[in-house]
Amino acid sequence: MDTSPPRISPRAEPAPPPSGRPDRPQGPPLGQEPRDNQPDTGGTPPPTDRPAPPPTESRGRVRIGDRVFSGAARGSGIVLLAVMAAIAGFLTLRAVDALGKNEGNFLTTFEWTPNAEPPVFGVAVIAFGTVVSALIAMIIAVPIAVGVALFVSHYAPRRIAQPVAYLIDLLAAVPSIVYGLWGALFLVPHMIGLTTWLDAYLGWTHVFDQTSTGVTPRNLFTAGVLLAVMILPIVTNVSREVFLQVPRMHEEAALALGATRWEVIRTAVLPFGRSGVISASMLGLGRALGETMAVATVLSSSPVLSLKILDPGGGTIAQNIAANFGEAQPIGRDALVASGLVLFLITLLVNGAARLIIARRKEYSGANA
Amino acid sequence: MAKRIDVSGLTAYYGKTKAIEDISMTVEPRSVTAFIGPSGCGKSTFLRTLNRMHEVIPHATVSGTVLLDDENLYGPDVDPVAVRRTIGMVFQRPNPFPTMSIYDNVAAGLKLNGIRRRGELDALVEKSLRSANLWNEVKDRLNKPGAGLSGGQQQRLCIARAIAVEPEVLLMDEPCSALDPISTLAIEDLISELKERFTIVIVTHNMQQAARVSDRTAFFNLAAVGQPGRLIEIDATERIFSNPTVQATEDYISGRFG
Ligand SMILES: Nc1ncnc2c1ncn2[C@@H]1O[C@H](COP(=O)(O)OP(=O)(O)OP(=O)(O)O)[C@@H](O)[C@H]1O
Ligand SMILES: [Mg+2]
Repeated sequence: MDTSPPRISPRAEPAPPPSGRPDRPQGPPLGQEPRDNQPDTGGTPPPTDRPAPPPTESRGRVRIGDRVFSGAARGSGIVLLAVMAAIAGFLTLRAVDALGKNEGNFLTTFEWTPNAEPPVFGVAVIAFGTVVSALIAMIIAVPIAVGVALFVSHYAPRRIAQPVAYLIDLLAAVPSIVYGLWGALFLVPHMIGLTTWLDAYLGWTHVFDQTSTGVTPRNLFTAGVLLAVMILPIVTNVSREVFLQVPRMHEEAALALGATRWEVIRTAVLPFGRSGVISASMLGLGRALGETMAVATVLSSSPVLSLKILDPGGGTIAQNIAANFGEAQPIGRDALVASGLVLFLITLLVNGAARLIIARRKEYSGANA
Repeated sequence: MAKRIDVSGLTAYYGKTKAIEDISMTVEPRSVTAFIGPSGCGKSTFLRTLNRMHEVIPHATVSGTVLLDDENLYGPDVDPVAVRRTIGMVFQRPNPFPTMSIYDNVAAGLKLNGIRRRGELDALVEKSLRSANLWNEVKDRLNKPGAGLSGGQQQRLCIARAIAVEPEVLLMDEPCSALDPISTLAIEDLISELKERFTIVIVTHNMQQAARVSDRTAFFNLAAVGQPGRLIEIDATERIFSNPTVQATEDYISGRFG
């Protein structure tokens, strides 16, 4: 999926065009009069004793460098697309194969027993778990990330902001299995207090109701919290970059109107950074949706579909693949491929939605300032 | 509305570098005062000390006093945010908020001042846009982005935004330097109208502009590169342009340096 943050830096100059020296040693393209070679004077244009060719002539000429570059770019683009199409085709074939043998409804079945006779499997539980755990992660992580990013970019003195930014960068590079181990060994036992509290005070919301109290919180909520911790650094850092891009003159415009620091952030910084924050969140969401090991270590999976996120059970697509791939027979593997395609579809939908949100207010994006 | 500014002994620093030194002057209410002088002599720096915008730059400091009528803007209990609400500013490059519509740009300062009722906002936005001679051009597209206007229109939008909150003083730092002659004339006419209601200070590199719009002119200069800028003289504009007291002023105006 495409998770690159949008290029919203109005101050960034466009890359200078490749400066073709008029006197390269290569032969000129056909149809051009040959020009004599001149010594390379290193950057500064050499004094030419011949008049510059009329513009009409030079416009029609294609420089060799341009041609090589456009050929290379086009070629790699085509190769990439071909490889991706081949992968998609292969996966779809395998998935269709498995779906043909499925005795249950792929979308509504809870169980995942593709190796049974007859094979029955469905993505209802794991697709639900994927979306819910990622959603919990976003709800927790995005506000914190935006807050930290604002603090680092606009409140903290330089001498604090620099190390904090560096530390967050480091956190973003920690492998997910490390987060998984931390989650299983530290987070799960320490979530008991929080889950009990949520059950006691917010149990009436149904979502935070715990059917039997005192069980180890290996549930979707804990998975969501762990995912939030995991995506926090990347969302924070991309948001911070975006907030630092806000042109000084817009902040000064707000200051000159008599805005306090918070009002400057509200009138100039947040609106400008909005689409960037959305992109940052999508980056985090993509990671949360596809996260495998961290979820597998804290969740005790079972085919239960319940909105009660504090009850153990459930699962996610990626975690289900990791848990079942080793023992699966061919049909089992193909079934997992089918679930993988569902995950792909979910990320695609989410990204499309984010793009719509960004495009809706494109003319206000600030990129044309 | 429209107050007098009394500056005395004002010195401003960027870190350890002294940018302007010991400036004292009076800016009369309901008049236009022009600042002229060679590049780097500290006109912008001085202008920004008048509404406490200088200190938003890291490590920038100010000493001296600026009295707005009788209140010292640099007094110990004065809130710089409140100062900036009473002394508006227009910048060299038009800087409407790119994420806001034309309407919201003008309303931005009003909202900061706690005006939220739609009817009141509508009336004040229209009044400000009319004062800025922009109403007829934008009345049909108030909800379009402000960044979609031409440069001259954007600058008038910024003026509308600044005067919407009815400031006591309006500071303008080379407001026409990015504009074509027609837009420049429009803004000069606007300045002549606005001086009925506001005290206006304008920095300009355009001698004709200073002569056309201002009542009084202040000439700034610096002894040498790296030295702090100083106020050389301030007087009625006709006098500065016809018969200045200091030789350097005459040299500068007649184009012999700077
Ligand atoms: N943000 C800053 N940090 C450090 N030094 C600065 C800063 N802004 C201006 N200066 C210095 O302060 C001095 C006065 O600058 P200032 O911008 O006030 O001059 P000016 O008269 O407005 O010039 P111009 O006519 O070119 O706008 C200059 O020497 C300049 O280099
Ligand atoms: Mg200046």
